[in-house]
Amino acid sequence: MPDASEPCWLERTRLQRLLDVLLERGFEVHGPVLRDGATLFAPVQRVAELAAGWRDEQTPGGYSLEPCGEARTFGVVSGPGALKPFVFAPHEPLLQVRMDGPGSSFEAEPVLPEGHKVAVLGARACDLAALAVQDRIFLRGRFPDPHYAVRRRALFTIGVSCTRSVSTCFCTSQGTGPEVTGGYDLALTELAEGFVVRFGSPEGEDLVGALGLPIASEEALRRERSDLDACAEGIERALDSGDLRDLLYANLGHPRWEEVGERCLGCGNCTMVCPTCFCHDQRDEPALDGAASLRVREWDSCFNPEHSQIHGINFRARVRDRYRQWLVHKLAGWVDQFDTSGCVGCGRCITWCPVGIDLTEEVDAIRRTEGAS
Amino acid sequence: MKAIATSAAALVPEPAEIVEKRSFGRELHAYRLSFLDPAVRPRFDFMPGQFNMVYVPGVGEVAISISSDPEEEDLEHTIRIVGRTTRVIDGLGVGDVLGLRGPYGSYWPLHEARWKDVLVVTGGLGCAPVTGAIEYMFRRRANYGRISILHGVKKPSDLAHREHFEAWRRQPDTFVGLTADQPDRAWRYRVGVVTELFEEVEIDPARTIVFMCGPQIMAVLAVHILQERGVPAERIFISLERNMKCAVGLCGHCQLGPEFVCKDGPILPYARIARFFGVRGL
Repeated sequence: MPDASEPCWLERTRLQRLLDVLLERGFEVHGPVLRDGATLFAPVQRVAELAAGWRDEQTPGGYSLEPCGEARTFGVVSGPGALKPFVFAPHEPLLQVRMDGPGSSFEAEPVLPEGHKVAVLGARACDLAALAVQDRIFLRGRFPDPHYAVRRRALFTIGVSCTRSVSTCFCTSQGTGPEVTGGYDLALTELAEGFVVRFGSPEGEDLVGALGLPIASEEALRRERSDLDACAEGIERALDSGDLRDLLYANLGHPRWEEVGERCLGCGNCTMVCPTCFCHDQRDEPALDGAASLRVREWDSCFNPEHSQIHGINFRARVRDRYRQWLVHKLAGWVDQFDTSGCVGCGRCITWCPVGIDLTEEVDAIRRTEGAS
Repeated sequence: MKAIATSAAALVPEPAEIVEKRSFGRELHAYRLSFLDPAVRPRFDFMPGQFNMVYVPGVGEVAISISSDPEEEDLEHTIRIVGRTTRVIDGLGVGDVLGLRGPYGSYWPLHEARWKDVLVVTGGLGCAPVTGAIEYMFRRRANYGRISILHGVKKPSDLAHREHFEAWRRQPDTFVGLTADQPDRAWRYRVGVVTELFEEVEIDPARTIVFMCGPQIMAVLAVHILQERGVPAERIFISLERNMKCAVGLCGHCQLGPEFVCKDGPILPYARIARFFGVRGL
């Protein structure tokens, strides 16, 4: 059996075998499929279901797909969804409560997810970096989250290194990509005839063994290196992270917040597509007969007016307040809270912003005119 | 991934029966609560300043500080009727059941305050999170220096726990100042805002520690006055109020700068939050 230092080779025609083995082992396999003009991770059984032969163009406020003219399986860099929903569910029951009505006694039972095995094929380096950030949030604190823990344990990740980028990518400046270098069970790099395969966990190693993969040729590894380097060099957007935390804390009164607050619609799209945003609401969903209630949590956004509201006071009444909260938290507060930036450079918040607000540009604007207020 | 120690059970509300309800005006009630299962009470041992999530099954949860003394068996929550969940609580009385999970958050630095003068500055319902701390100090009166309690309300009907203030006033080496800015005829204390009461107290900045709780506008002004009078930012402790849903630093609602008010706070030294405190819209 090859060790981690010896990458293997998977012929393109044998990718289905990888899916088959995962399915045989009881995984629900998710891969990027075409959905509503974008790609989305969805359950697949056949390689033919994947969004092969397409590539994405992404710009601030723009996303489109077009045929790429070659047989690439992972030609699309990313869609709006990352790994977040697999571990931090958009809507999740927390407690099953039985009662007779308000004021009566009650019984509350924790509800945990079943933790069925999920394998995600096609996670990008930035997505895996975001997963590591989410692990810090949900598992490393004083109150580890049991729901996240169950889903996380059941997740098998197959990363695919990027050999092309889109204009909104800036993983290189965040140190998270484009090459998958950690946090994976399996990592693939797609070349014309097939895939260079590495394993990053005992489960991944076992799978490589079951597939009986040969060692990758030196020629394949040379082309892999060349493709990855070319991709990294092609990424032009950047976030200057040096002293970012102190820069933002020192500029809470900067006029740029008002300016961006005029452009921002406050829709919260950026927070929904962000692979690390973790805000959620908790509420009761009572049964109509009043005898039971399900306590649930649901993704929330710091752009929702209710997010910062208590009995008549709204701490962030203006859109500019909410944009500042989002950006300062993501790039500065996160560092204090979790010892990492909250941004992995995936660029989704730029692409999926209806008015194309680009956080790297907002940071640059503040940096250029620091101290203005 | 290796096994992760988590406990879903720790976040489950425990049923507790209302054994006493005292009302202060129409919209402010103190509820004394006794757990249906007395065995869970040790898990709820708290220090003054901490809070519980108070749950109404089928309706919702609200973060409410604990206003009773830690040595008492029953827990008391003083609740203002301001929203959907508290309106349902408003209609509950003795014999009804609420859920509690907690306690959460930081507490008043009662150990650090020993042998010092303690200045308590509160506004509105701000006295509830600090009531237990004051009682705690009076039960151990010899451990503390001069205790000054300054409390301001908008209307006389906002004055909860009036009997406490009267009792504290009779304690040795203690000053109690009460003020209302919209007094009625029966109001026999000072008229004005709480920061005007600073004129009436002597503050030795070298030996004073401040416990503060109330509306932000009051706290910003009070901090300014205290700093002018030489009290260091490290010894001004403020209890913060924010939207809280989870109480364990995961839901993201309660943040002030890098602080999760639910788990890093709600009580924080001003020195730690100076950069963020009072910044509009933060």
